[in-house]
Amino acid sequence: MEGSVPLAHAWVLAIVLFGLGLAGLLARRNLVFMLMSVEIMLNAAGLAFITAGARWGQADGQIMFILILTLAAAEVSVGLALILQLFYRSASVDADSARSLRD
Amino acid sequence: MAALLWIVPALPLLGFLLLFLAGGRASRLVTAIIGVGSTALAALLTLALAAWFLHAGQPIVRATLWQWIGVGGFTAPIGFELDALSLVMTLVITFVGFLIHLYSSEFMQHDDGYGRFFCYMNLFVASMLILVLADNLLLLFLGWEGVGLCSYLLIGFWYRDAANGRAARKAFIVTRVGDTAFMIGLLLLATHLGTLDIAALMERAQSAWPAGSALPTAAAALLLGGAVGKSAQLPLQTWLPDAMAGPTPVSALIHAATMVTAGVYLIARTHTLFNLAPSVQLALTLIGAATLLLAAFSALAQHDLKRILAYSTMSQIGYMFLALGVGAWTAAIFHFMTHAFFKALLFLAAGAVIMRIDDEHDIFRMGGLKRELPVAFWSFLIGAASLAALPLVTAGFYSKDMILWGAWNSGPRGPILWGAGLLGALLTPIYIFRAVFVVFFGERHTAPSGRYGARIVIPLALLSALALTAGFVDMPPALGNVTAFSRLLDPILPARQEVPTAASTEAAVMVIAALTALLGVGIAWWIYGRRAAAPARLFGTRPALALRRFWLCGWGFDWLYDCLLVRPFLWLARINRADGVDAFYGLIAAASRLFNRLLSRTESGRLRRYAGWIAAGSLAAIAIAMFA
Amino acid sequence: MMLAWLILVPVLGAVIAAVSGRAARDAPRWIALAALAVELALTVAIAVTAPGGRWLAHTHWRWIPQLGISFRLDLDGLSLVLILLAIGLTALAVAASWREIGERVGAFHSNLLFTLAGIVGVFLALDLFLFFFFWELMLVPMYFIIALWGHERRVYAAIKFFIFTQGSGLVMLVAILALALAHRRATGVLTFDYFALQGTALSPRIAFWIMLGFFFAFAVKLPAVPLHSWLPDAHTEAPTAGSVLLAGVLLKTGAYGLLRFVVPLFPQAAHAFAPIAMLLGAISVLYGALLAFAQRDMKRLVAYSSISHMGFVLLGVFAWTALSLQGVVVEMVAHGISTGALFIVVGMLQERLHTRDLARMGGLAAELPRLSALAMLFAIASLGLPGLGNFIGEFLILLGSFTVNRSLTIVASVGLVAAVIYALALVQRALHGQPHALRPAGAPLLDLGARETTVLAVLTAAIVWLGVYPRPLFDAAAGGLDHLQQGAPLIAVASPAPTPAPNSTPTPAPTLALTLALTRAERPR
Repeated sequence: MEGSVPLAHAWVLAIVLFGLGLAGLLARRNLVFMLMSVEIMLNAAGLAFITAGARWGQADGQIMFILILTLAAAEVSVGLALILQLFYRSASVDADSARSLRD
Repeated sequence: MAALLWIVPALPLLGFLLLFLAGGRASRLVTAIIGVGSTALAALLTLALAAWFLHAGQPIVRATLWQWIGVGGFTAPIGFELDALSLVMTLVITFVGFLIHLYSSEFMQHDDGYGRFFCYMNLFVASMLILVLADNLLLLFLGWEGVGLCSYLLIGFWYRDAANGRAARKAFIVTRVGDTAFMIGLLLLATHLGTLDIAALMERAQSAWPAGSALPTAAAALLLGGAVGKSAQLPLQTWLPDAMAGPTPVSALIHAATMVTAGVYLIARTHTLFNLAPSVQLALTLIGAATLLLAAFSALAQHDLKRILAYSTMSQIGYMFLALGVGAWTAAIFHFMTHAFFKALLFLAAGAVIMRIDDEHDIFRMGGLKRELPVAFWSFLIGAASLAALPLVTAGFYSKDMILWGAWNSGPRGPILWGAGLLGALLTPIYIFRAVFVVFFGERHTAPSGRYGARIVIPLALLSALALTAGFVDMPPALGNVTAFSRLLDPILPARQEVPTAASTEAAVMVIAALTALLGVGIAWWIYGRRAAAPARLFGTRPALALRRFWLCGWGFDWLYDCLLVRPFLWLARINRADGVDAFYGLIAAASRLFNRLLSRTESGRLRRYAGWIAAGSLAAIAIAMFA
Repeated sequence: MMLAWLILVPVLGAVIAAVSGRAARDAPRWIALAALAVELALTVAIAVTAPGGRWLAHTHWRWIPQLGISFRLDLDGLSLVLILLAIGLTALAVAASWREIGERVGAFHSNLLFTLAGIVGVFLALDLFLFFFFWELMLVPMYFIIALWGHERRVYAAIKFFIFTQGSGLVMLVAILALALAHRRATGVLTFDYFALQGTALSPRIAFWIMLGFFFAFAVKLPAVPLHSWLPDAHTEAPTAGSVLLAGVLLKTGAYGLLRFVVPLFPQAAHAFAPIAMLLGAISVLYGALLAFAQRDMKRLVAYSSISHMGFVLLGVFAWTALSLQGVVVEMVAHGISTGALFIVVGMLQERLHTRDLARMGGLAAELPRLSALAMLFAIASLGLPGLGNFIGEFLILLGSFTVNRSLTIVASVGLVAAVIYALALVQRALHGQPHALRPAGAPLLDLGARETTVLAVLTAAIVWLGVYPRPLFDAAAGGLDHLQQGAPLIAVASPAPTPAPNSTPTPAPTLALTLALTRAERPR
């Protein structure tokens, strides 16, 4: 296909986005930011699916992306609800303060 | 008449069942009537059977009750067979058994376990009768184990004393070692000859196995193992002296007259097999000779009256084994019979002494009892005379003479075996008259109490008569040449092919034996009766004392077995009490617990660390998928 | 149809017993006894009305036809004998625990009857999947019996019991699946039917491994020596009824499995394995006896003696001769009776003395003469005295094994001496000697009551009957055993057995075949 973005660029972007998300997830302690990092990782995966779908000329990639989209929406709503609850209880959105849930 | 055969063992068995079900609730009188009555009836029935048997020209009678085991071509019935050999055994068992039961009914009068005693005793008589009447070796084995059990129960009759329990267990376990050999012998015979019926077995062995080949040798050796255990011969003799822990009538019946001679009966019964195994027969001879000497020396050193008699029993059964070994089958059975009479008499007389002097067993604390206890004295004296084989007037003389003559006349080894027997014949009067002189003569140390009732006197009197006269049924050529006993047993136990010898040789052998016995009595009198100074000095020396200790403990066999078998077994049991195999599974359990602890530490509660582990794990999985 | 009732009756009884516990405390006991009476009547009726021949009754229903699984029950003489033993011992177990079990009586008897249902199913099922189903079914209620009504370390013992049997059951499941799949590969039909699977063509190596899977499961249950260690704990900690059922019947399912499945399904592999199995049997005989002697806990002593007896069974099964198999059946029944009785005796002593420690007993013969006399009788039966049942079993096993493997048979015979040592140790330490000083002197001990006397009298009569007139048992078991043995001529000593697999070599000597199988298996692919 003429003039389209080379496949490799899209791959690299997906990998970079995924790496950024993972790094954010591991580095940040604020649960809201961690949730955002997870979103970024999900989007990276979605991008990879779209790219692969385009590469093979099949609709499966886009179907998977829609699945990820709904998944992300559900995940965000549940996640935010949990964070809200945690904030009410401990007045903090620090992930490490949630340690007390272990016991 | 033949149909009545099974009733003979059934009577004491019935007595046992009644007493068992009564469970000690029956009164002493009822108990005694059941216990003594059942054996009395058995004895009477045996007498009737014997009369019929002799009158009918010695037929071989078989009575099969039911098929006990019948599987896959192997059959063993509950069946009895009567022939001359089992008739002699049955007569002795029922009569001596009856007399001892009668004696016990008074002897045990004040014991708490009166019912239990007669219960066990009846079971014993029933088992012993099954043993001698069985027509197949498996049923014989049932009787064999049954008498072993009763022996255990009666040695440990006074169970509160742990020492009695130990003696009883020792007896059962040591004989069980022999019994296991016997059992393996049964397996061998049954698998190779396809039957355990004694008559068929002997026939097939005769035709299928050449003499001296491996199979009959192995089978005979295994049966010999059983016989050695039951009859307390080397090397399984150690249980008998300890078995004296039981009540004295038990020692008389089980450990003198009947059970311990079961080995003799077994070998006589299967003599065809032993004929096919000359090497085993040689071993049998040597075991007999060695045991008779070993036990006689040990008897010299004992000071417990019953242990003297126990060693004497071992020694006399040694004579029987010697006779069996040289092929003088009839002589062995003859000696079994006379021995049953005089040894039962000796034990009962000893019991009569012991019961009157507060259960004192040590002969050196007795003494001078001749005047106080004349009944016991005369009975014991007659028994001792018969045991010592005093010539002409005692039964023991004729049977022992027959054995010595058989030993002399047994080929090139004959004179040596005869010499061993003769040495034993010298020792026997020494140890038994030592007891006579120490117990009944000299100073009095104890004051007897109580008196004897008829139930003690009558058995003593009857047995005394038998101990004197039972030998007259078979006398050597030089003394009237009576052969009633030999002729009776001839169809069952064929006489040996004797080397023709001059009648004068046989007479000479007899005279030497007679003189030896008298010499022995003389020595005993010299040392213990006259209390000469010289032997007392000699006995005080250090080597004499050491030798005495050595003989006292029965040549150290107990110590040897203790070191070789008992202690290693106990040690093995102790170190492995907790089961080493279980420790292995415990290890597995401990390992999984350890992993559990390690893994549970990863549950830190730090969300970011979990995320990191997930990422690392995914990476690892991808890496493995890509590169592996 | 009748056979299905044999399983349904205890199940129904279990349900009713569970419910009735609330109505009255003793109601479950009577309901259990009633259910057992019905079960017994049913079994006898089936046996009496049976046509001649090997099989006495059949039930064959479709269950999951897609997977080749059917509900198939068949009764032959062997199963009949074992089912009768199970019913009888369960009834005695109910009677023996009349006073011991005071809490949750309904649940207890419900569990007992469920165990019985599982056991009966195991003895009847001839569809391998169904067999496995019942095999697992009998474990769960037994687990509860140990864990809920047991003694001090009951939870430990129950979990150990469960892990051992469950783990080995898993191995058996794998073996069953492997066998069924191998059969499908050979014939294209997926089935779990015993008779269909019996002729499956297998390469010797695969047959050997599948056989080993079955053997492992049954050897744990039996138990054979290196796999026995669940037994002492389970038997010791279980309540009396649990111990009686465990020793009397549950162990027999292991022996039954060996008889019914291992050898007939894999005659050649079993033949190759026989020397090792017989060696394990002989080791079990001696090891169990030695450990029994070493114990201080009376119940543990009896438990280890079971291992010794089951060693004889293992020896006899793998000797696979007509004599040894009959011996195995007698030994199983006799062991069920004598060991069951000993466990009941221990339970009675514990009720009175509140201890099982032999060191704290002693001198009981004077205080409890009747109980002691019967305890001694069963101890003597256990050491194999002729005239009592165990002797017949042991003698026939040894006689049958002697032709097959002489040296191992002789080694096992030494166990007869060892048996005397532990049995007499039990008698001596518990019944004879002086009473232990710590026992409170005030309250006199009560000898056997009417209920206890009845229980032990029944067992006494059974063990004596078995010892002097075992013929009915021989006749009952003979039909089943003969066919088993002829169906799988394990010891066709001279001539090689007919080889089902086309590529298999003529049967080599047993040890050679074994080494071949092992080396082939170890070779990496």
